[in-house]
Amino acid sequence: MTDLLDPPVQLPPVPPAHEAIEEHGHDAHHGPTGILKWLTTTDHKVIGLSYTVTSVIMLVIGGAFAEIIRAQLSTPNGSLVSFAQYNELFTMHGSVMIYLFAGPFAFGALANIMVPIQIGAPDMAFPRLNALSYWLYLTGSITLLSGFFTAGGAANFGWVAYAPLSNSINTPGAGADLWIGGLLLTGFSAIFTGVNLVATIFYLRAPGMTMFRMPIFTWNMLVTAILILLAFPVLTAGLVMLYCDRHFGTHIFSVQGGGVPVLWQHIFWFWGHPEVYILALPFFGMATEIIAVFSRKPVFGYKGMVFATLSIAALSLGVWAHHMFTTGVVLLPFFSIMSLLIAVPTGIKIFNWIGTMWRGEIWFSTAMLMAIGFLVTFLIGGLTGIYLASPPLDFFTHDTYFVVAHFHSVVMALVLAGMGGLYYWGPKITGYLLNERIGKLQFWFLFIGSQVFTFPLYILGLEGMPRRVAVYPHDPQWKFLNDLSTFGAVLIGVSTILFVVNVAVSWKRYPAGDNPWDAQTLEWFTTSPPPHHNFYRLPQIRSERPTWDFHHPEHRSVGHGAHPDEHHEVPAS
Amino acid sequence: MRVEAKILLGLGLFFGLMCAVYWNWSLENAGGVMMFAGMLLCFLPGGYYYWWSRRMRARPEDDPGATQAQGAGFVGTFPGTSIWPFTLGMGAFFVVLALVFGIWFLVPGLGLVVWALLGGTAEGRRGGKY
Amino acid sequence: MQTPALPPQGATVRARRWRRLRRAVALPLAALALSGCTVPSFGASAGATSSSKSVYHLWQWFSILAVIIGAFVCLLILYAVLRYRRKGDNIPKQSQYHIPLELAYTIVPILIVFGLFAATLVVENKETANPPTNVTINVNAFQWGWKFTYPGTNAFVYGQTTQDPVMVMPEGENVHFNLTSSDVIHGFYVHDFNFSRYALPGVTNEFTFYADKTGEHFGQCTQLCGLYHGLMFFRVKVVSQSQYAAWIATFNNPADAAAAKAAAKTTYQQTSAIVPAKGSTTKFGR
Repeated sequence: MTDLLDPPVQLPPVPPAHEAIEEHGHDAHHGPTGILKWLTTTDHKVIGLSYTVTSVIMLVIGGAFAEIIRAQLSTPNGSLVSFAQYNELFTMHGSVMIYLFAGPFAFGALANIMVPIQIGAPDMAFPRLNALSYWLYLTGSITLLSGFFTAGGAANFGWVAYAPLSNSINTPGAGADLWIGGLLLTGFSAIFTGVNLVATIFYLRAPGMTMFRMPIFTWNMLVTAILILLAFPVLTAGLVMLYCDRHFGTHIFSVQGGGVPVLWQHIFWFWGHPEVYILALPFFGMATEIIAVFSRKPVFGYKGMVFATLSIAALSLGVWAHHMFTTGVVLLPFFSIMSLLIAVPTGIKIFNWIGTMWRGEIWFSTAMLMAIGFLVTFLIGGLTGIYLASPPLDFFTHDTYFVVAHFHSVVMALVLAGMGGLYYWGPKITGYLLNERIGKLQFWFLFIGSQVFTFPLYILGLEGMPRRVAVYPHDPQWKFLNDLSTFGAVLIGVSTILFVVNVAVSWKRYPAGDNPWDAQTLEWFTTSPPPHHNFYRLPQIRSERPTWDFHHPEHRSVGHGAHPDEHHEVPAS
Repeated sequence: MRVEAKILLGLGLFFGLMCAVYWNWSLENAGGVMMFAGMLLCFLPGGYYYWWSRRMRARPEDDPGATQAQGAGFVGTFPGTSIWPFTLGMGAFFVVLALVFGIWFLVPGLGLVVWALLGGTAEGRRGGKY
Repeated sequence: MQTPALPPQGATVRARRWRRLRRAVALPLAALALSGCTVPSFGASAGATSSSKSVYHLWQWFSILAVIIGAFVCLLILYAVLRYRRKGDNIPKQSQYHIPLELAYTIVPILIVFGLFAATLVVENKETANPPTNVTINVNAFQWGWKFTYPGTNAFVYGQTTQDPVMVMPEGENVHFNLTSSDVIHGFYVHDFNFSRYALPGVTNEFTFYADKTGEHFGQCTQLCGLYHGLMFFRVKVVSQSQYAAWIATFNNPADAAAAKAAAKTTYQQTSAIVPAKGSTTKFGR
């Protein structure tokens, strides 16, 4: 019992630096400086920060496209943009948001920084591969966006690129090929990150950090990484097939050559559905951490959470064709029951989050507000997803604004959780807190904006407004709901501006200290920001909350997988 | 390593079951093949970890009563700074541009890729810079 | 003047909260009672066919369940957030699990899911059935318009984008549809039928409708198919069986039918009648 109070053990010293290199741009004892330092870094914290900054820039770009789309839809037959430009806008809005913002932010940004520190590792298992992932992401983003600068414009076949619309007859031009190329690069970036995460979590945990003592965020990242490895190669293969159809005269997806257009949808959605869980699980993990810390309680139902996460991953590989119910050529009952079943582990998670807050001492910091906002918004978005799992109900909502509203509800929930993650872990990464007043204002704009944005879209979808249309001349009465939704989108835009303002205002202003939130997991034991190789000293790890156990030994967890010789009592408080 | 093995083997088993049900019921080949491949992908590392877990010594991170002192010593090689990821990334970028703009982009593309692979491998064998 | 002594903060707050909760619950219950116990539509409508009505009822039951579950969970969150606000610096009891409760909220949702699936199957089997019919309509989608042919007759309807071709069908009997596409994937969507289906090249999708009242309904393409996807309108006109027969008969002049067929090609023709020229008052863009 006393081992928790033993002085933390000094870590092995960092191997000595190589001899000084007398070269321009190199500091004799500290390696390269300036831009060369950034280009050659393999430190997971720097790479993760690069991912964060780049993905937030992508969020702003994708958001700008969204605001133009909303402006075009403010009149029943507006001509703010042409039909061709509108098709490019929604294609690139979806592509940028999903491939360039949500994915990289979920598994490249906060995960890269926090997972090694949460398990007591000095870095990711393959630091150079980690750096490569970032460069592939950056170049992939540039490739994808450079379609706008080509003669035919950017890709315009929707972010899903259904065949035969995406073949060379219907979409000639470099924009589509740049879309394929950009996705190949970002796809490999994701695969390498997945490899790194699995290897790090399996091989670099600190002594005593058994699998069932890892933080829930790390568990979620492990499952995300396994999903990445299962799904992304399928997308890559599909993209190569599409490219061959476009340029090498194959007929994989074209009827004329004996191919099957629906095959593209099978391959795309076999990746596409796990992809949305690859996007969601990291944010679920962030929310779990935040809710536990700011309720001053352990995560409720830890093993249930792990089981639920694994169930979501397992089921997610068997539901892809619920995106294809209206094709008429898929096995409806199988995909219907599998999709409905995913609601069960998701429900378990929601009840566990509530259970974590229950009988806690809830502290409404910005991060906690964001997590609660995530909880409510995800509940709404998730419930509307249940409808879509039933084919008869999907038949008349598919490809209408009802589906658009559903996934935007869910996505805005993830954005709320992501912002919570930035407020929660920002002080650990940078050493400085963000201003709480601006943060709370940002929360209210984001939360209210999300609801005002999505609710009118549900109604529009049920009234029959299809998606991906630039005009609605037969139904001018839809203008009011479109404008209401646009107002919500503007509120969301304001919240993003407030975030940028907060970063500027709080720049190096409020030093954070090691553990400003009295948080529980291992990363809060080290300094803010953490040193090179993350820890000067490590505590003994006897539960899933090593930092909490160290600071509050009288309120310790029972501890999962505790040593049989040790007797831990549940404190009678 | 047993928990890690069980996770992957469990997932693989579930995919196998799902594949058996789906493929026999729908006779749809694309989904069946993809689920089957997913099962194999889980069994490969899962099986390896399971085989290895029965032969390896207990690691400190699998021991719930381990002390930090048990983890002291050499953890691994973590190359500190390296130009090769950036070079390889640029090479991959040019290779992809070759897909779009013409085969001559493969000259800088493959050149950078090969250079980076050679340089990175050599750096790895040398032990890397800190 | 001396400030009056307040009652203990906790009691007042709790009493106020109960009153607020009672009011919050009473209002929707009253609304339900006053509505005469008709089930709300939750945004959908019964539609114009027999299967659209079944789909509508399924929608309503899903929605009732969603509202109940959503309200219950939202109330739990609201209660937790209000009741367990931080009041000091003390650390609460560190409870970590409750196996019976966790089992309950695993098993109950599974049961609910199976119930939803059963209800879904009933409606789905009805909707996807293709009983024998006397009337068949072939629907051919193309970039960017619709062609409706009636096998066994000379009837033929064709229109591009805003020409809004009208598909005439009889009420009171099963009508069989064969749906296909000449080029890319399109979506055949009729809002009032609570239905949509992809038009796939090389595949014929078959479905059956039984329209139970006359009327005119809007339809539109819902699957992105290129430049003028947003203008691929059509209409469905449900008429009595005698009116339908009369309409079919108007196509029996073979010369007219042949000429109409020749004029219609399933490739897009750029004419100003379809997409107004620049500077015209109907602004559909460049």
